[in-house]
Amino acid sequence: MKRKTLRLYLLVISLALLGTATGLVLSAINSDLISYFVSPTQVTKEPVEPGRTVRLGGLVEVDSVGKLDDGATHRFRVTDLSNSVEVLYRGVLPDLFREGQGVVVEGSFNDNGRFVAAEVLAKHDENYLPAEVVKALKESGRWQEGAAATAINGSEGVDP
Amino acid sequence: MHRFANPGRFQRLATRVLPWLKGLTALSFLAGLYLALLASPPDYQQGETVRIMYVHVPAAWMALFAYLLLGLASASSLIWRHPLADIAAQALSPIGAAFTLVALATGSLWGKPMWGTYWVWDARLTSFLLLFFLYLGHMALLDAFDDRNRGRRSAAVLALVGLVNLPIIKFSVDWWNTLHQPASITRMDGPSIDPSMLWPLLTMAVAFHLFLLTALLERMRTLLMEARLRAQRQARFEAMQAEQG
Repeated sequence: MKRKTLRLYLLVISLALLGTATGLVLSAINSDLISYFVSPTQVTKEPVEPGRTVRLGGLVEVDSVGKLDDGATHRFRVTDLSNSVEVLYRGVLPDLFREGQGVVVEGSFNDNGRFVAAEVLAKHDENYLPAEVVKALKESGRWQEGAAATAINGSEGVDP
Repeated sequence: MHRFANPGRFQRLATRVLPWLKGLTALSFLAGLYLALLASPPDYQQGETVRIMYVHVPAAWMALFAYLLLGLASASSLIWRHPLADIAAQALSPIGAAFTLVALATGSLWGKPMWGTYWVWDARLTSFLLLFFLYLGHMALLDAFDDRNRGRRSAAVLALVGLVNLPIIKFSVDWWNTLHQPASITRMDGPSIDPSMLWPLLTMAVAFHLFLLTALLERMRTLLMEARLRAQRQARFEAMQAEQG
């Protein structure tokens, strides 16, 4: 065999082995270690001990956004449509925050089982639509706030 | 294929093609930037901030594409020991690193108003930062040895090992929970981006491809001239020593 052909085979085989090894490692590793957040269902099934920092991701439940009596703490529920968790947050909410919108909140559960967030991040979805189209759709009453949000019960979108 | 792999022939071809490529790149950037910054509508959620996407997304695509090319060049350098493949690899890593940096910076500037943070350590962002370090590592390894061939070989091996990062970057948003949104274009059920925004994006993508090609050919041409200069200087030095000795 010519040396060039030998080198070609060696390279292809080592790349295939490297790819397989990486694939095996990635599929064997617990995806929670790499995932950026956990879902409300996960923390409902396996409760996280109070005080431990976790990130919780899901949609802001429709008709759940409000404020506590102190007038400064936001209160809302984060849902994955099967389970939801009540979240308290004292601070400025991001621009994209609204009912039916994806969020990731970082914080920990307090002793009453409520989630106290230190940080609230808005999760942008993969949909891009002109503002004017959405406005026209809303005026004709045919607008639906994304498939996920519709499932929650047809939320009213709020203009950014 | 080997007909074009001759450095001298490549040099002549590149010199002839480059002016046209540069003009075409400039034209497509003019068209793309006009569509992206002026003609396309604001997004219903992001408002005007969506315009960052028209630079961010093509830059990220080019960062990945340049790495794929770097992998191909490194493989042919290792297998066929072809000088032009070495030159291509050496030319590619700073270009790829620049595209990666642009994608990281624009993404960060978009993230602050949209997500509420400049940076998070989710799978997409972290694997993309790793791509930047792979490019830097490639550049550093090329110059790390006194023997240039050893440097080239180790850099090529690094580039090939780093190839496993490409599918990880691409599918990170599907395999794991990430803050970064999933793909909008390469989806099973078609793009989830309105045609009025998709076309400006695709025009920008054409411009970025042309720019990558232009930068690559220009850098390869320069590196080839540099190599020839070095060889001439070396020959003159040896001739001088022979005269004195």
